[in-house]
Amino acid sequence: MYEIRIHSRGGQGGVTAARLLATAALHDGKFATACPFYGAERRGAPVVSFVRIDDRPIKVYSQIREPDLVVVLDASVMDVIDVLHGLKTGGRVFINSAHPREFAGFAAHHADLTGIALKENLVVSGSPILNTPVIGALAKLGIISPGSATSAIREMFADERNVRAAEAAYREMIV
Amino acid sequence: MRKIATGNKAVAEAVKQARPDVVAAYPITPQSEIVETIAEYIATGQLESQFIPVESEHSSMAACIGASIAGARTFTATSSHGLAYMHEMTNWAAGARLPVVMVNVNRALAPGWNIWAEHTDAIQERDTGWLQVFVSTVQEAYDTTLMAFRIAEHNDVLLPVMVNLDGFTLSHIMQPLDTVEPGDFIPPVHTPNPVDPAHPGGYGTITGPADQFRFRYEMERSMQQAKAVIGETEQEFARRFGRTYGAAEEYRAGDADVVVIALGTLGKEAEVAVDILRNEGIKAGSVRPRWFRPFPDLDLAGKEVVVIDRDYSFGFGGVLAHAIRSKNLTKVYCVIAGLGGQEVTYDDIAEFVRHRRIGEEFWFGVNDRV
Repeated sequence: MYEIRIHSRGGQGGVTAARLLATAALHDGKFATACPFYGAERRGAPVVSFVRIDDRPIKVYSQIREPDLVVVLDASVMDVIDVLHGLKTGGRVFINSAHPREFAGFAAHHADLTGIALKENLVVSGSPILNTPVIGALAKLGIISPGSATSAIREMFADERNVRAAEAAYREMIV
Repeated sequence: MRKIATGNKAVAEAVKQARPDVVAAYPITPQSEIVETIAEYIATGQLESQFIPVESEHSSMAACIGASIAGARTFTATSSHGLAYMHEMTNWAAGARLPVVMVNVNRALAPGWNIWAEHTDAIQERDTGWLQVFVSTVQEAYDTTLMAFRIAEHNDVLLPVMVNLDGFTLSHIMQPLDTVEPGDFIPPVHTPNPVDPAHPGGYGTITGPADQFRFRYEMERSMQQAKAVIGETEQEFARRFGRTYGAAEEYRAGDADVVVIALGTLGKEAEVAVDILRNEGIKAGSVRPRWFRPFPDLDLAGKEVVVIDRDYSFGFGGVLAHAIRSKNLTKVYCVIAGLGGQEVTYDDIAEFVRHRRIGEEFWFGVNDRV
């Protein structure tokens, strides 16, 4: 089972990213579950959502405590949250950032999702949409196939800018 | 068609396909997504039905009762305080033998103000005469909601059915969902004595001491008959759509020395704990009762039993443990866990089994050791 924890702020699309990821995994012929952690969340507050992907049906409902991959959509949450908490030995970090970031002991990857979203003018209520570009970045990491990333996005969004943003993240990310 | 859906969306989809004539509901977290989605289906013409946006849950059940008396197929959904507020009317629906279908998204009762999963809300309706079923996956929520209409409206049952799913843990999780075309799996509703509004009549007039017990006895007779109807419905569902669950779902229980018994998602997560324990050489299994009323016959002979109760009856103990003890004359280790959404992992469940003290009660997170 591959376990992913997504850190973002309320309103940035972390939950939708989890849903897209699970849908793409389903399109890859795998089983997947996605769930937000429901607390007293509100727009702008740090929030967490979880995705599990496996070849067999998933029977676990409790929170992910030892993720294989941590996704950080908003670097500023790191001021208040230890995003590396419980990350498995050999685990990876993906961060939305224009510049490389170091995470001692872990392989780190980055892509400028915010820049990509702004370039495609994917902005809602003043916030750049990160949930579709991040799916392209995670496809580059091999979590899901690029074809399933695209089909999952098209299943949920009619606007092709979302697909273009995912493709841009896929292209720009260095693995 | 296979897609990713939440438990709430899966329920709404099943209700749309069951084509109720009347949906009367009031929103409450974590159920609101169900009635919001159904309201949208009706507003956009995907479902032809009367949506009654009532001012309270007491009224939503009263509206379902009125429509059902007239022979309509009815549906409502609620949670926690909504269900408690309905309580007078839930008694009425069952006593009047009306096949209302309700989805209750299990949530704790206040105080403290808590919106997370707990089974106390449903357990408090245990003795009303409603059939009660607890589901553990998004797929099972969908399948069981479809089955609920066929079971409730069956002539041998004619009792309301309450489908229970864990608040947030199941109502909001996104899992794969295979939808079906139910076709005539749910036949048109035909209640035996519908009231015709053109020729108004009374329903539930005063019933004296010489007759009341007969109605109560008939309810129990139908509850017992429901066991066979549930079985037939499951078989027919499996024949058409290829999935089956049983009155209780067993996992590696056949040769087990110790079984974990729990309702809903905890009962599903227990299967992961069973695999861990088996790898350690502990012959563990799990039994997840789906139906709580009518309560299934479980074969627990010669096994030690660990019951996880996501509920409590003050001054007595866990309600599921009590049911297991009294139906099987067996001693159990009763673990009170998961109240108000308390996090319980498969590792925790494995620990309950490793350190079981048969005959005792253990409050997870309160007592200092497992």
